[in-house]
Amino acid sequence: MRKNRFGAFAAMAAVAALTLTACGGSDAGGGASSDGDKVRIGIKFDQPGLGFKDGDKYTGFDVDVARYVANELGYDEGKIEFVSAPSANRETLLETKQVDMIFATYTINDARKERVAFAGPYFIAGQDLLVRADDTAITGKDSLDGKKLCSVTGSTSAENVKKDVPGVNLVEQQGYADCLGLLESGSIDAITTDDIILAGLAATTANKGKFKVVGAPFSEEPYGVGLNKENNKCEAINTAIKKMIDSGEWKKALDKNTEGTGYKPSDLNPPTKFESCS
Amino acid sequence: MEGYLSLWDEYGARIMESFWANLQLTFWAFIACAVLGTILAIMRISPIPSLRAFGTAYVNIFRNTPLTIIIAFGVFVLFGVFKLQLSEDFQFNFFLIAIIGLTIYHASFFCEAIRSGVNTVPLGQAEAARAIGLGFLPAARMVILPQAFRGAIVPMGNVLIALIKNTTVAVAGSVAEISGLMKTMIELRADQGILIFLTVAMMFVVIVVPIGLLITSLSKKLAVAR
Repeated sequence: MRKNRFGAFAAMAAVAALTLTACGGSDAGGGASSDGDKVRIGIKFDQPGLGFKDGDKYTGFDVDVARYVANELGYDEGKIEFVSAPSANRETLLETKQVDMIFATYTINDARKERVAFAGPYFIAGQDLLVRADDTAITGKDSLDGKKLCSVTGSTSAENVKKDVPGVNLVEQQGYADCLGLLESGSIDAITTDDIILAGLAATTANKGKFKVVGAPFSEEPYGVGLNKENNKCEAINTAIKKMIDSGEWKKALDKNTEGTGYKPSDLNPPTKFESCS
Repeated sequence: MEGYLSLWDEYGARIMESFWANLQLTFWAFIACAVLGTILAIMRISPIPSLRAFGTAYVNIFRNTPLTIIIAFGVFVLFGVFKLQLSEDFQFNFFLIAIIGLTIYHASFFCEAIRSGVNTVPLGQAEAARAIGLGFLPAARMVILPQAFRGAIVPMGNVLIALIKNTTVAVAGSVAEISGLMKTMIELRADQGILIFLTVAMMFVVIVVPIGLLITSLSKKLAVAR
């Protein structure tokens, strides 16, 4: 009996020690943003063509823009640390200074501006449709009546399509990859979200040639660079983005990441109006 | 505070509608899993070895499969591959798939809850039932199960509470329920952040706590005095 009680106590102590060290570790990480030595950039890890973690490499348009901007701010390749920034955590990551900047298909809107600041935009996406490559029936938002659509639960795109196309049948999945499976098997007719996300999905090696982006965007989603409200980098980031666009690097990065999908960004690109950084 | 109130202005009706969907899922899935679970429990205590083996296999397979996978399977395989439409209504189809998934999963737990109740019935009861000439089914129906249910109020209540919370998994099956709406609100009303999360959590607390109290009082009231 006595031995058992001692064992339980030892186990509790071990658990407590583990929890405490875990906290200590994250504290140290949180402080990294203020020392100016390294820059921590939040990106998506699971969005091919935009922000994607491929083994120990990071690829995609968001990542390319983030690298260029970080270079312009004086952080070379070795000083950049990429951190996963899932949609629901982005504001918290910035507020708690766990990341310095976020490049993660982050649409600028007023509700978000209550909690974080934005620089950019570096791209203007629009909600569009992805269909099977041989589908000619769907040409845009107006040809969706009675069609079966797929989008991701809780996304802006799912909300928009519910509001704008009352006759549509919407399947909501946990990720766009799940939607792709349903589209390929013919259970649904189209996937809807921002055009560049769709192009990124269609451009992956496994999906090449199977799907096409319709190319009739019906919303405007300016992708900004998320920052903490107390940042002092907003102006510098805008300058860096302008420089990237003017030098042709922006176009090169975009073409590289959407190659082979026939995707053309809308006429609003490259962006010309930037956040005022007040 | 003002921002939070405007959240209710904007989403209040949908919050209630979505939460109602969770309660409906709970209601239908609990009835169905009680029926299926009782049948499985009878199989597991029956004298026929093949039925016992089937009941044991069912419980071990579905109790050990994550619910998310069962529901996602319903969507990917039943809807995706076999293009099964259980209903003409596109959205209602997913609601039915979710009820089936929840039922299949929770029936295994319900079965085990009843079996734990059966273990509270003294062996002499079964022997006495046989002695007065009752066969297995009449003995189960009139002697064993009534006492087993009364002894299993708490574990059955636990299944119900787990089921209420597990209805949020139906979001994986494209059902418009509260956790899906929570994601939407976090996406579109980022300014409210954690309050959205707490609101949804509170709604579940408000439902689950009274049920917990009810179960405790029922279990005392209905316990078989021995």
